[in-house]
Amino acid sequence: MVKPEKRIILKYADEPNYTQDIDCYLKHGGYEMLKKAFKMKPEEVCAEVMDSGVRGRGGAGFPAGMKWKFLDRKSGKPIYLICNADESEPGTFKDRQIIHKDPHQLLEGMLITAYATQTKLAFIYIRGEMQEGARILERAIEEAREKNLLGDNILGSDYSCDMLVHRGAGAYICGEETGLIESLEGKRAYPRIKPPYFPAVLGLYQCPTIVNNVETLCHVKHIVEYGGKEYAKIGTPGNTGTRIWSVSGLVNKPGYYEYACGEITLGELIYDVCGGLLPGRSLKAVIPGGSSSKILRADERFTGTLKNGETFDWGITDIPMDFDSLAACGSMSGSGAVIVMDDSVDMVEALANINAFYAHESCGQCTPCREGSLWMKKVTQRMTHGGAREEDADLLHSISTQISGRTICAHGEACAWPTESFINKFKDEFVAKASQPARRSEEALRLI
Amino acid sequence: MSESKEETELVTMNIDGQDYELPAGMNLVDAMASVKKEVPHYCYHPKLSVSGNCRMCLVEMGMPMKDRDTGEAILDDAGKQKIGWMPRPGIACNSKVAPGLHVRTNTDLVKDCRESVMEFLLVNHPLDCPICDQAGECRLQEFATDYGRGYSRFIEDKNVKPKRTQLGPRVMLDDERCILCSRCIRFCDEIVDDPVLGFTERGSYSTLTCYPGKQLENNYSLNTVDLCPVGALTSTDFRFKMRVWFLKPVRSICTESSVGVNTEVWSREGKIYRVTPRRNDAVNDTWMSDSGRELYRQVEAETRLKRFGTDGRKACIAEAIERAVELIKVGPVAYVASGHMSVEEQYLLRKVIEIEPGSVHMLRHEKEGDGLLISNDRTPNTRGALVTQLTQTLPDTDFSQLATKLDAGEIQTIVVFGEDLLANGIKAEQLKKINIVYFGTHANATSELARALLPTLTVFEKNGSFINQQFRLQTFLQCIPGPAGLLPDVVLIAKLRAALQGEKAIDPGVNEIWREMSEDLPIFAGLSFANIGETGKLLDSQAFVDLPFCEGKTLHYEPQAQALAGAVKS
Repeated sequence: MVKPEKRIILKYADEPNYTQDIDCYLKHGGYEMLKKAFKMKPEEVCAEVMDSGVRGRGGAGFPAGMKWKFLDRKSGKPIYLICNADESEPGTFKDRQIIHKDPHQLLEGMLITAYATQTKLAFIYIRGEMQEGARILERAIEEAREKNLLGDNILGSDYSCDMLVHRGAGAYICGEETGLIESLEGKRAYPRIKPPYFPAVLGLYQCPTIVNNVETLCHVKHIVEYGGKEYAKIGTPGNTGTRIWSVSGLVNKPGYYEYACGEITLGELIYDVCGGLLPGRSLKAVIPGGSSSKILRADERFTGTLKNGETFDWGITDIPMDFDSLAACGSMSGSGAVIVMDDSVDMVEALANINAFYAHESCGQCTPCREGSLWMKKVTQRMTHGGAREEDADLLHSISTQISGRTICAHGEACAWPTESFINKFKDEFVAKASQPARRSEEALRLI
Repeated sequence: MSESKEETELVTMNIDGQDYELPAGMNLVDAMASVKKEVPHYCYHPKLSVSGNCRMCLVEMGMPMKDRDTGEAILDDAGKQKIGWMPRPGIACNSKVAPGLHVRTNTDLVKDCRESVMEFLLVNHPLDCPICDQAGECRLQEFATDYGRGYSRFIEDKNVKPKRTQLGPRVMLDDERCILCSRCIRFCDEIVDDPVLGFTERGSYSTLTCYPGKQLENNYSLNTVDLCPVGALTSTDFRFKMRVWFLKPVRSICTESSVGVNTEVWSREGKIYRVTPRRNDAVNDTWMSDSGRELYRQVEAETRLKRFGTDGRKACIAEAIERAVELIKVGPVAYVASGHMSVEEQYLLRKVIEIEPGSVHMLRHEKEGDGLLISNDRTPNTRGALVTQLTQTLPDTDFSQLATKLDAGEIQTIVVFGEDLLANGIKAEQLKKINIVYFGTHANATSELARALLPTLTVFEKNGSFINQQFRLQTFLQCIPGPAGLLPDVVLIAKLRAALQGEKAIDPGVNEIWREMSEDLPIFAGLSFANIGETGKLLDSQAFVDLPFCEGKTLHYEPQAQALAGAVKS
């Protein structure tokens, strides 16, 4: 029996006859929460979000209410809101669904957030490749403006806010909030050093700035709808609300599924919701939160103590899908991108693919990530082209530990963790590669 | 300009278990260097913004732990306050000295961080030290030796990048050697405001380059070569000329303008190969102009005067001095002094004038400066003439006063120091019946007419001092020997002075002259050539505040602030 989804964000998205335009959205109760928020004081909206405990859906899982609290409101400078729609983590395809199918929900969430933080100008920074999404958002903004939901004196109130869509040029690093801000300012997307450049204090144009993920901003609308305390009852304590899991890889029904945090286990997600593995295959490993999160091995036992003091002893299929449980298992829920691998997957090939991506996407600013990511890519590429040595596993592991924790931004971890965890969990395969014949010839498709 | 440094509070911080008193807010890299704790770094530069990209300066940092609620110190078993070490290493260049800050540089983690960064920097580095100009003063070499593992684990193909990119007329780029520290980019953006450099490509393929259609051709471009910690940026003038370990650096002062940029002159076997800036935070920071670096070429110029002469014939020193004395005694005499003369020379000339009085003329070499390190006054020592009381007024814009005197027949002999009268408004017929005694380094139309010709030395070949626009007294030292048979200017003037008095000269060095000057001039009381120091001594400018100096604002100099500082002192 498949547990039914709990769709809040995607409530209408896949309904027949539900369209992107504002009339359809208004028919489904659209912008009512904005009106409700306008009846509250901005601080009250902030307090509701704080009470809801909603955590960022972009990857780091930082509580959104806390992020807003850090905002420097005393500087006298304008406050900016940026919606991070630079969804680029391999395996992730949830924000695109929202933008394509229900753009006004994002706009409403953003407007409530803008009102709560007293922002006069909000940006949607959308990934360059998502041309269609940008077009949809621009049209949605135009529609909202026509209905006086955006612009001067919104809905007759004395609050004004405008919104702009900015298209990136397709760099993964622009998903890092300070890199995004640099890019939005028209510069090379080099992430900034923190301190002092915390966006909440010195963000866009050196002004206090809030950067939130698309899904997070959509949740703000529903927090206003439910009320913070009521919203917090969805999911488990510390892991409130629903999450959209983007499942890809070797399952029968890959796709996006929205469930309350902790409501289902990884096993239920793979075997029930996604229809299980391909015929005759067995589960080998799962990357639970986008390609930068640490891989989980199918035959592992995960033991330890949770934040609430409970001890746990889980197999991979027992892991509840929420922030804290995945973190307790040594990985992370990241952007909610679950990548399933069965026994047909060659782990060296898989890592070579991931390493190629991170080497390509390293911005090149700081040494460990810049040189380390390409080095790891060169090693794994050599290994997949018949040049593997037995010592390569240890070398790769050593390189990865030389990167994480020593870089300007989290891309250091993003590029190091896959290698570190692949070697930790599948070292035998990497060592054995040395005695196997090459699966690809040198002429075969080169990565990047 | 005030000599006193800003009052900064000293606070106690702990480095590797030892307490140090350091100024609060000082950059940690600089602070630790000041107590001989080297933090290796590439991208950090004290005069540029913090970029934090090389990650070489990673150290462990911690603060004494306090109870969050009560604010009380948390103690360990031994009763000492516990240190809350940060879970990750942090970059020292982005940290400042703070009370109670604890830093560890000798742990396994810090050692591993440094080894890692060195390894990463070298994986795609061409390791072409044998043909690299930077070898011997290369941070990669130095830190690889001090902090590297000493072996390589890299067996892949190295990245290939452009090897010879001409960034501008004076700077060549080898992209494979570049470690992407961005110092040169930040220098162009922040110091010269000529943002022409940037990176293209991404990740390890990042490539330093000029923007399309732009060139690195500003007059400060060679500073990028000094800034470059590796051999990526090289000077087209110095490239492949000499190994740096053969060169001897001697401190000097740039004569380009009255800014008085502190320099280092690098020579070998009497030949100068390059001039680089020397750090002086009150004058030029760590910069100098490209045009100033080229002034060493005057040493080997073809027009260099190398032989003494009398009435158009070669002569020995004694003959030339004797002839000069004769001509001066013919009188009436006028003296054309110069802001290019050192303080010592100007002082001795004043002593000569006291024996054989005559009018003193100086020419103002005014040309618009660049607001950074080139001022409007293109002589290094106009202030010296005032301080030594050689003259009471600022130099004239032209020689019209001298011309009037010549036309009126009031002058029979002119003693000229370095100036070309004919190129500056005096006509040949005006000098026809005039005796010229010429002291100078290079031939010109006026020196051709000299009846006593006394060749002198360039700033690179003698000791002395200049007083810059801030009234900062700065010394320069002899870097190379002068042409065979020539004597320092002060010796020549001293010989002239003795001969005019009928005495036998004792050839003085700068030390003897300073002994005399410090007794003679109250402004120099207590000073000697040796105790002026490497960064100079600021003199009391109060007596000269009212003079209309021609300098505008430059780095570390504001005309109004200068006047105010003088007024306050009074």
